[in-house]
Amino acid sequence: MSEPTLVAAGLSVETLSAPPRRQRRERLVQRVLFVAAGVSLLISALIVFSLVREAWTFMAEVDWNLVWGDKWAPRLGEYDLKTLVVGSLIVTTIAMMLAIPCGLGSAIYLAEYASPRVRSILKPTLEILAGVPSVVLGFFALAWISPNIVQALFDSAGLFNLAAAGLGVGVLTIPLMASVAEDALNSVPRELREASAGLGAKKVTTSLRVVLPAAVSGLVAAGIIGVSRAIGETMVVFIAAGGGGNVATFTVSPLDAGSTMTAAMASQASGTDSVAGEALTFQSLFFVGLVLFVITLCLNLLAGRFVRRVREQY
Amino acid sequence: MALGTLGDRRTKDRVAREIMNRKADPTGALFQVAVLFALLLALAILVLLLQDVVRGSWPVLSERPGDFLSAELRTRADETGVFQPLRGTFWIGVFVVVLAFPIGIGAAIYLEEYATDNRFSRFVDLNIRNLAGVPSVVYGILGFTIFVRFADGFFPGSVGDHAGKTTAAAGVTLAVLVLPIVIITSSEAIRAVPRELRDGAFGMGATKSQAIRSQILPYAAPGILTGTLLSLTRALGEAAPLILVGAVTGKLGPNTGFLELEQLGEKFTALPITIANFAGRPGEDWEQVTSAAIVVLLVMVLMANAVAILLRNRYEKKRR
Repeated sequence: MSEPTLVAAGLSVETLSAPPRRQRRERLVQRVLFVAAGVSLLISALIVFSLVREAWTFMAEVDWNLVWGDKWAPRLGEYDLKTLVVGSLIVTTIAMMLAIPCGLGSAIYLAEYASPRVRSILKPTLEILAGVPSVVLGFFALAWISPNIVQALFDSAGLFNLAAAGLGVGVLTIPLMASVAEDALNSVPRELREASAGLGAKKVTTSLRVVLPAAVSGLVAAGIIGVSRAIGETMVVFIAAGGGGNVATFTVSPLDAGSTMTAAMASQASGTDSVAGEALTFQSLFFVGLVLFVITLCLNLLAGRFVRRVREQY
Repeated sequence: MALGTLGDRRTKDRVAREIMNRKADPTGALFQVAVLFALLLALAILVLLLQDVVRGSWPVLSERPGDFLSAELRTRADETGVFQPLRGTFWIGVFVVVLAFPIGIGAAIYLEEYATDNRFSRFVDLNIRNLAGVPSVVYGILGFTIFVRFADGFFPGSVGDHAGKTTAAAGVTLAVLVLPIVIITSSEAIRAVPRELRDGAFGMGATKSQAIRSQILPYAAPGILTGTLLSLTRALGEAAPLILVGAVTGKLGPNTGFLELEQLGEKFTALPITIANFAGRPGEDWEQVTSAAIVVLLVMVLMANAVAILLRNRYEKKRR
């Protein structure tokens, strides 16, 4: 209909627009949903605020010689950060030694080899493993992994040790890594596999020389996400590594008891009703939290960059 | 053999064999076995874990199953039960359902249906992704600094060192913890709704909110339900933030019934907290009690998980 006919029929753009009441309701709905989306920004701001406020006090007032000592004992005024960072590194390294081969292998099997039938059974089972709460893995690490694996292999290991905690964290990380890595492998276009097979490559050659290199960004992202998850894991280490009593001595041996940044925060907050001790004991908790937050934030941003690269590629 | 029978399964297999496996491929076979082993190792650990826990819990769960669920926390292993932890976990779940679900789904609708691709919406998106990767203990610090203080003003009845360290503060903390997961999974479900459905609704004269309510949400519902269920199980199994928020492992406040609202302002504990506490106590009897508590938690968490996964697989298959 041309404009003159519309005018002749007594119609205009205003006639077609919704009545004001309906428009008001639409705007209200949009505004409410906008606020819901904004909540996430508020949460981020509050997290940073609650970490920085007390951590700032700590950094401003602490004697920095105490932050580089030989043990983490906040109630006694010893805040050796390297004990916790090295503890986190040991646990994460052991976790990755289990989770990277296991997660990557699972992903390759599910994406390249499994028939749809087998996949429809194995994949959900792996996802169930992802749903096991970390306290359960912590108990399993202490009650089963430590005596039956770590102590069986190394006589010198105590019941509480970082190695068992690391293995427990590794088990927890496998499903996450497998899932991210499988997504990366699945995003490699079918044509690449077909072209490779058409050139006469064997299946294993196609997988290792074509699919894996094509998916490498996504696989790196899977690794980084796994590391980030392992560093942030608390309860397995809290239960199985025995940084108990809120004191951890510096160690580089995975067979010793020890603590990580996360477990140190948890053990400092538990046990007594109020966090007491030296002047800065309370604030040290926030300082460790801030360090942990910054490390995982950097890892997550890095992983996000790699994931985006995969999306742009295909 | 005639070409017409190529569709025949045996012929197809033979042709495939001729092309692919002329020569034996030991490297390929070895590689396949290796990656299959990686997957089976992960599943074997799951089986081992379940078997170990169920066997350990047997003495408790076979002798006094009802008593274990209904008895309060005691200092003796043969008397203790998990009534209060169960109650705490239940109320945390209620907070997640009431707070995280509507806010998360609302945010997802805004991001997918309303937000234009500008700097602000990209920032919100990045922010949500990063929030999902923040370690759970850090959420504990948020709860301890902000929500505990709020709860203190809200429930002036709770006094002393435990001011504000209440069920309500714990519930809000865990609702906030799973919010990014709810948003991300709901967004994915909404994004999967075909364009034609929206266009059809608009063509019939529906407004945006009407299209969302009548077409988009019903279509995305299974996906959203799966995501929300998974995030709920995550909250129920979480312990680290609750330690920071001030969960107690010893003496709790006055004992109320399962559903009475006044306990929201009282000291709290939860099943994962109790498990962590039990796990640290020496002796075989405590090990059995820990296993029994774990079985109770796993039954809740894994059942919800399994339902979510089955639901998703079912709908994925239907739509294809």
